[in-house]
Amino acid sequence: MALLWDGIRQAIALLARGDAEVFGIAVLSLEVSGAATVLALLVGIPLGLALALTRFPGRTLLISLVNTGMGLPPVVVGLFVSILLWRSGPLGFLEWIYTPTAMILAQLIIAAPIVIGLTLAAIQQIPDTFRLQMLGLGASRPQMLRVLIQEARLPMLAAAMAGFGGVISEVGASLMVGGNIRGRTRVLTTATVLETSKGDFDVAIALSLLLLLIMFLVNAALTWIQQRRAG
Amino acid sequence: MSVVTLTALTVRYRGALALDIPELAIDEGGIFAIIGPNGSGKSTLLRIIGLLQRPTTGEVRFRDALVSGPRQLEVRRRMATVFQEPLLADTTVFENVALGLRFRRIPAAERRRRAERWLERFGIRDLAGRRARTLSGGEAQRCALARALVLEPEMLLLDEPFSALDPPSRDTLVADLGAILRRERVSTVLVTHDRIEARALADRVAVMMRGRIVQQDTPERLFRTPISDEVARFVGIETIVDGRVESSSAGVVRLEAGGQKIQVAAEAMVGERVRLCLRPEDVTLTPGAIVAAPSSARNRLTGTVAEVVRAGGQARVVVDCGFPLVALITYQSVDELGLTEGARVTATFKATAPHLIRLNTIA
Repeated sequence: MALLWDGIRQAIALLARGDAEVFGIAVLSLEVSGAATVLALLVGIPLGLALALTRFPGRTLLISLVNTGMGLPPVVVGLFVSILLWRSGPLGFLEWIYTPTAMILAQLIIAAPIVIGLTLAAIQQIPDTFRLQMLGLGASRPQMLRVLIQEARLPMLAAAMAGFGGVISEVGASLMVGGNIRGRTRVLTTATVLETSKGDFDVAIALSLLLLLIMFLVNAALTWIQQRRAG
Repeated sequence: MSVVTLTALTVRYRGALALDIPELAIDEGGIFAIIGPNGSGKSTLLRIIGLLQRPTTGEVRFRDALVSGPRQLEVRRRMATVFQEPLLADTTVFENVALGLRFRRIPAAERRRRAERWLERFGIRDLAGRRARTLSGGEAQRCALARALVLEPEMLLLDEPFSALDPPSRDTLVADLGAILRRERVSTVLVTHDRIEARALADRVAVMMRGRIVQQDTPERLFRTPISDEVARFVGIETIVDGRVESSSAGVVRLEAGGQKIQVAAEAMVGERVRLCLRPEDVTLTPGAIVAAPSSARNRLTGTVAEVVRAGGQARVVVDCGFPLVALITYQSVDELGLTEGARVTATFKATAPHLIRLNTIA
């Protein structure tokens, strides 16, 4: 217990001092996971809409795959993205391996199914007749889709929160494709793993507190938007 | 002039014919009701008219011009549809009413003016700032109707707009909407399973059964003279009995049905088999077996009360007089006349009350 209290005290001191390295790690975490979440929303919302609104052979299988993807193990993603980006791999010429770009790609693959799956669920809970009603009031197809997204905005903000929460807290993929290089690809989770393995619990606790704080602030902001609109 | 014309229209679901409309024209300015039991295809027909569903075969013309791919949106925007559920968007009442105007990119000032006018007409102006999801069922449907009429559609399509409402709000809304539609002369197609709504609102009624329009006429004629016993039952005729014409002269047919002699003001040939249809509200009941007392009511049938069912403010009394004859009378009459099961009664109705369906087979 003493170890924990000691760790927390030192962590607070570290944060209060404004340690440049720790803050650099936090900023990179936000950048990588923020970018991955935004990209996942850009890809996932249209795909989720398309899956919800169209009927084609194999659709149910595809939805099952998406639902499976919502729980994709980050190490599996890390493995495949590593192979893909390996110097001798199919996309090796991009020279993305051990860069933040590789981490964004891996996190995008983790977050996209979450966004697709939750968008699909959010749109499917709107009755079919609502779509017909919008068309019956003279909406063009793009206008109808916009109204649908507006109607589903609360669960879709939840999709954004779930996607962001999923990627900012994952460690396996970031470690494998980013390499935890100090000053370049070290993020809060990979740094926490490293410091813990070294026995530097105070730094590890400081990093963890920062991670929790970021997750809280991002979710609080999204919840505020969600609840303000719902009021 | 017709606003919408359908030709050679069919809809098939997995090969089964769900809708078969060789020809249908909906005229300008009136209220055209499509009635029929659930699953008869009337909502499908309405969706096709509103360009919300594509038929398997056939064409839809709007003001004589064929509606094809690129014109669909433009034509769809000259109509407006209201469904059974209000299907309001999750925003304010005002924004809901302005929604279709936004789709048409009407400027904000005009949007406001028009939305306010229609909120006023449906008596929900006070609710303009409320979240639509907090409205009662009646208020929500008023909002849905205002949202459609604010578009000043050339054709208003209503799909069972009252059937999710409780009776008091339904009755006032039917009356309010009827007044608005008549004043504005909005061409309207009303789909309903409720013949009373159709009778209250429509200028013309079509009856649909199993995907086909089986009869189309003014409400007065349609409710009086159904062409088949199926339509007869649907339009509220409860006494349906087969008989044979014994004599016919001066526009009065005398027929025998279930052992009773009945006179009907109609044309038919002697020996012809006919089906007699009689509305329950056209029958009066008198206790006991009345012999004479001159009256203009030509038919006087004696029988016993088989059943008294009290429902919806009035009682249905089934009299067994060789065939089951149904009369609709007030609770008060039931009690005052002592109409209990087994009581002897005389059922009286005029020769002009029944309608005869000629069965076209002369025995």
